Amino acid sequence: MKTTTLLSTVAVLALSSMAAQAETLRLLTWGGYAPEAVIAQFTAETGHTVEVTKSNNEEMIAKLRATNGGGFDLAQPSQDRVSGAQEEFGIYKPMDQSKLETSLFIPSMLEATKTNTTLNGEVYGVPHVWGTDGLVVNTALAPNVKDYKDLCDPAMAGKVSYRVKRPTLIAWAFSMGKDPFAAYADPVAYQAILDEVEAALIACKANVKTYWDGGDEIKNLLRSGEVTAAMAWDTGGWQLNAEMPEITFVAPASGALGWIDTFVIPARGRADEAAYAWINFVMRPEIAAQITAEAGNFTASLGGDAGVDDALKARYQASFPQEAIDNIKWYPTVPAGLETLEGAALDRVNAAN
Amino acid sequence: MSKDGSRLGLILLMAPLLLWLVTLIILPHIGLFVVSLSEKVGVRTYETGFGNYAVFFTEPLYWNTFARTAYMSIMATALTLLIGFPVAYYIAKLTRGRSKTTLFLMCLIPFWVSELVRTFGWMILLRETGVLSSFLQYLGVINGPVEFLYNDFAIMTGLVYTSMLFMVVPLVTTLDSLDDSLIEAGYDLGASSLSILREIIIPHAMPGIVSGCIVVFMLSLGNYLTPILLGGKDSLWFTGLIYSQFITRFNWELGSAFGFLLLGLSSVIVFAALKLTGQSLGKTMGR
Repeated sequence: MKTTTLLSTVAVLALSSMAAQAETLRLLTWGGYAPEAVIAQFTAETGHTVEVTKSNNEEMIAKLRATNGGGFDLAQPSQDRVSGAQEEFGIYKPMDQSKLETSLFIPSMLEATKTNTTLNGEVYGVPHVWGTDGLVVNTALAPNVKDYKDLCDPAMAGKVSYRVKRPTLIAWAFSMGKDPFAAYADPVAYQAILDEVEAALIACKANVKTYWDGGDEIKNLLRSGEVTAAMAWDTGGWQLNAEMPEITFVAPASGALGWIDTFVIPARGRADEAAYAWINFVMRPEIAAQITAEAGNFTASLGGDAGVDDALKARYQASFPQEAIDNIKWYPTVPAGLETLEGAALDRVNAAN
Repeated sequence: MSKDGSRLGLILLMAPLLLWLVTLIILPHIGLFVVSLSEKVGVRTYETGFGNYAVFFTEPLYWNTFARTAYMSIMATALTLLIGFPVAYYIAKLTRGRSKTTLFLMCLIPFWVSELVRTFGWMILLRETGVLSSFLQYLGVINGPVEFLYNDFAIMTGLVYTSMLFMVVPLVTTLDSLDDSLIEAGYDLGASSLSILREIIIPHAMPGIVSGCIVVFMLSLGNYLTPILLGGKDSLWFTGLIYSQFITRFNWELGSAFGFLLLGLSSVIVFAALKLTGQSLGKTMGR
């Protein structure tokens, strides 16, 4: 009798301690970064459950700002949007490097992201998925599109799409021979570049079919042939290439724009253990390969590209010969306040007739 | 004693209404107003002032967008009334019993699915490779694919479609209460159909027309999905500006000021329209 009581007490204690350890990870991320199969495997291994909310850079920051960094335990903004948002709104908490298995990361990418997301000596982000913005082109119908500004060629009238967001401003600036990143620290010089880009984009508006907003929207427009060339993400181009060989991603002559989506921990996140466990889990090469297969983009996991299927690798290599890789323009950190200037320019582009 | 009891009853009855008004409407608005008064001068430094409101009046872009939104909403309201009135008259006066219920239900059915789904439906119909374009090509009316989406016409279609129900319901209710014998008496006295419409039906239906117009105007002005999805690159709508200030620009201060301006200016427009047509809100709501 006594032993059974003791045993059941031990069992209950063991259960409750397990329950205390198992946390719910509220993950704020992009579509494709947390496939069902990966979540199931993570839950089976660690006991933590995962709730996924899909979003984009601006919405992630807006959501965290609304709650002063609460409501989520792990978020994935791009690296250029980490330290600026932290400086303005204080929505993240510093990363505890000792809890990360840093050997899982590609060293150069980890160091670059750490440098870019450092504020007052604290590191706020580590890299996860990277990719580029460039041109997705129907090579049969629009063979001459090689650079962003080719979208404004009168021959392309009504067949073009891009976003009215900051990547478009940056892309056009590079395409017009400027270096916007070099002007980041100088608001006056940056405004001068913005003014020229704004004029070019307003002149280009007649060519635009519609400004796209979501990844599925632009894929539909390209698939139906309503749009024959667009500024879009590489992964969208490769996904379409699998369906229709004539559509593919083209690295623009003035350089594709490289982004790295990071992991950051919101300031009032409640499941840090689960958050670090998730990061260490998804950076394992075999898991990273699964995420690449789902999202279409490569990860910062060391050896993570080994398990990726050959078709995607072939598409990647076709779009990115070595000189195109060397020409990728990686986004540096956006200084706080710069986006106000860009916002005003984008509003004027949107309003022009 | 009984007086105290009835007062307690009154308070209890009012409690849900007050709770709703204070916590969900008044408090958020106060918060929004406070935010709209803080001007950003640097990283994490703010000053109090009306600078955000001044931006609206000094930057023609914002002012023009509001004017365009208001103009399009007024047009949408007029069109909805024009299409909705005959529909409502037919349902209220020319049908009886089961067919009346059926027709009324058919007006309701599109609203059983969400606005997003209805808007996507219009996108499928109107896009370049869509149903309408293909059908016209099949008939030989047009030679190549034509884009019907992404223009003001598409926005207007979407707005009228979305708000039709809110015009038809109050109109049917008021027209139902019109005694048929009044119309018959009009004919007996030798009036033409037009003068009966002008002298008897419209004056009687006025409260329904006014409340329908107010609801449709407010819904159109505050609509976000329809103009953004159907309007494409020319979709500029004031609610879209507010969204972009809050979400993509992280500029809550300006966004809040815009929100208040929308509230104030739309109230002014409704008030002016009531005065112009000689109606009063009390008369409309009282009936």
